[in-house]
Amino acid sequence: MTWITALEHLPAGRPEEIGGKGAALFRLRTHRLRVPTTLCITTRAYRDFIEHAGLREKIHLELHRKVFTQMRWEEVWDASQRIRLMFLRSPMPPALERELAAAVAVTFGDAPVAVRSSAPEEDRSGHSFAGLHSSYTHLRGVAPVIQHLRMVWASLWSDAALLYRQELGLDTATSAMAVLVQSLVAGEASGILFTQDPTRPQQGIVEAVHGLNPPLVDGKISPDRWIIDARSGTPIDHTAPETRDRWQSPRDLTAADALTPLPPKLQKQPPLNESQLATLWETGRTLAEREGTPQDIEWTFCNDRLVLLQARPITAAAPSANGDSDPRAWYLSLHRSLENLLTLRQHIETDLIPGMQAAAQEMAAMDPKGFDDTALAAEIRRRWEINQRWAKVYWDDFIPFAHGMRLFGQIYNEVMQPEDPYAFMTLLKNQDLLSLQRNRALARLADGLRDHPERREALAAGGRAALDGPFRRSLEAFIRTYGDLSCTVTGAVDCIPDDATLPNLLLEMAKLPKENSPSQKEGATAELESEFFQACPLASAEDCRALLSVARASYRLRDDDNIILGAIEAQLIAAAQEGRRRAAAGSEEVAETLTELGLERDRETPSRSATTPPPLVVDRQITGQPAGPGLARGRARVIQRHADIANFKKGEIIVCDGVDPNMTFVMPLAAGIVERRGGMLIHGAIIAREYGLPCVTGVVAATDRIRTGQQITVDGYLGIVTLGETDPAATQRM
Amino acid sequence: MPQEETTRQAVLDLLRHQQLGVLSTVGEKGPYASLVAFAASGDGHHLYFVTPRTTRKFANITANAAVALLINNSINDPEDFHQAAAVTAVGIAEAVSPPELDHVRGQYLARHPYLEDFAHSPSCVLVDIRVDRYILVERFQNVSEYRIAHDLDHSA
Repeated sequence: MTWITALEHLPAGRPEEIGGKGAALFRLRTHRLRVPTTLCITTRAYRDFIEHAGLREKIHLELHRKVFTQMRWEEVWDASQRIRLMFLRSPMPPALERELAAAVAVTFGDAPVAVRSSAPEEDRSGHSFAGLHSSYTHLRGVAPVIQHLRMVWASLWSDAALLYRQELGLDTATSAMAVLVQSLVAGEASGILFTQDPTRPQQGIVEAVHGLNPPLVDGKISPDRWIIDARSGTPIDHTAPETRDRWQSPRDLTAADALTPLPPKLQKQPPLNESQLATLWETGRTLAEREGTPQDIEWTFCNDRLVLLQARPITAAAPSANGDSDPRAWYLSLHRSLENLLTLRQHIETDLIPGMQAAAQEMAAMDPKGFDDTALAAEIRRRWEINQRWAKVYWDDFIPFAHGMRLFGQIYNEVMQPEDPYAFMTLLKNQDLLSLQRNRALARLADGLRDHPERREALAAGGRAALDGPFRRSLEAFIRTYGDLSCTVTGAVDCIPDDATLPNLLLEMAKLPKENSPSQKEGATAELESEFFQACPLASAEDCRALLSVARASYRLRDDDNIILGAIEAQLIAAAQEGRRRAAAGSEEVAETLTELGLERDRETPSRSATTPPPLVVDRQITGQPAGPGLARGRARVIQRHADIANFKKGEIIVCDGVDPNMTFVMPLAAGIVERRGGMLIHGAIIAREYGLPCVTGVVAATDRIRTGQQITVDGYLGIVTLGETDPAATQRM
Repeated sequence: MPQEETTRQAVLDLLRHQQLGVLSTVGEKGPYASLVAFAASGDGHHLYFVTPRTTRKFANITANAAVALLINNSINDPEDFHQAAAVTAVGIAEAVSPPELDHVRGQYLARHPYLEDFAHSPSCVLVDIRVDRYILVERFQNVSEYRIAHDLDHSA
């Protein structure tokens, strides 16, 4: 097998050498159909590259740090990004690089090309998986083609491919990727043809747009749609889109993502005329007949001549992409385009957040104590419904918006190819997160205690009455804004009777020297920002700025959203707490409502009994994902329920299911973070970076395997947690 | 399966499937490592091996009974880094003497029948490592410790 062969010189179209798409194009040529000029970069080139760069083993290690089924979607995404960066940064065999450069230069010169994935796996699986692997268009010249070749190779290990690894039979030992480099055909109309509608076998479907195909395939513009009677080949229905206003112009082949206004003349006419439609249908029908199976064809008309871009048998959709109980389709729906994220941001910032704030304020203005039993029962239900509604918004809109950070990270890594896959976070952090505002307010209160032993004594003795006026007023103002920290949500109070979380925390913080807030390094950030803008590959400088701005908003919201939602939940908690008092005093009406809504008890689960005997098997070292560089040693404080945080001591390591912004007030006291939830872009990892704390995420069953008080060491460079004594000097030698 | 059981099972699997381990002893001149053919009691609480009395390892054990035995399933392939598992047994070694000797030697030879002559040689000694704990390493850096509760131990 050679590394590179022109399609027309291939002796045979073997999918294991040139992938599924390559093999399909080879067959189109043998049927004497017109296809774009194509160079096939064989699976041997992929294999020789990963062999030369030692990537096979690195990929395997990346995917086997944990039992794969225990990896959350975020961890899978992280792994795929790290692998992608390996492909971008690793050296290529010099002979392969020379051969590629020569072949691309001779075949295409400086003409625009597309670099497309052609995975043998996809073809073998018998299912169609849209969007598993990457393809890129509008590339010119050798260097961009080779860089995108690396990205297409890496997409063999995309998060989507990893999620469907079983269906694909993805295996580091055997899997490989072929790539097609094709001339970009400047078609005046393009689209998709199904020679058979999967749900109505008597019909075929044609979808067409003016200009090039990618915006149709990516769902960015709506096509004209024809239904064809399969027997007679005559169109029986035509549906025009609501508007034909944008296109990817065949006259401007400079940027892949540029959509421009469609010339007014073309807006009024369908992309295909009757004769083109007939030619297209007849070509597709003949091909389906020769292949013996209905075909899904991408095509374009260039100078009125039909060119087939690719064809594949119509297969069933991926078995679990049908949206049933398989969450993978949902995960993948979280991938958003910049355009989509910009719209979402607008919606979040102008409608949703103000709406949530207004809802919280409206409820806060009404004291539940003032209602009679009937009105209170109704109010609890109303607040529950409001809370449900906004919780849904959180999932539907806020969670997808978190992709803003990911999209930015992906593009940043593409062009900057940094050693650290998370270097991009430097450009996102140091923002004024709501939780950091609260933590600063807390630090100011601690400042007020540090030099006043009498205040510390009064606070330790309990009861605010003994505090001097000014300090008491500051403390009460804090509680009004942020709650008393006894609840899982910011802004609520009295979740634990006689709670001393806030006093305990303040007394611990007062032991710290002043100023332990996240550092600000403006200079380095500005330099990195300008480097990124210079390298940014998007169509315009405006898009690059929009991307960074969306990423920053996404980063901020990832932390702020829980606090904003918490303000609403705090009002539900306040009403439910009053309800529980009434129910205890005998109000059946209120009791029934609480039971119906599942609010009869505080939702916190009890702590594990401290009297359990030590187990025979104990962990010594547990691996997770490195999420905040550094090495820290200290006693573990395991947070099984929010109340466990009340006794947090300076220098402890927080061990929890997931750090959320409602517990980050202990971060100034913490030496490190261990978290069950995995991912580099989750709250825990974000806050660890803000405070410069060593952090390991994705530690399976962390809160069960580690005990409060146990000595642990967090290696945030390697993602390892060591339980039990370690050499204290080891952490100092760093 | 609870973690305790999976760890125990992983340790027992290694003991069952591997024949050789690297024995570490400490002598006057410092640490020493040697390859031994071992057998394990059914519950994994004891590990046995046979050695000539004249060996350096036996001299070391006589002077200092604390030993470690490393058993692993690596296949000398880069994939070992994530696929191989290794267990280190830490315990106290001593020579087995009658009346247990015949029974234990029978167990040992059931695992290594080709060592019949060796195991019966008057110049050899059958050594019992009473395991205090196992340290299991899997997937490159996952380490757990399995402590043996000998007070519940009825096998010998």
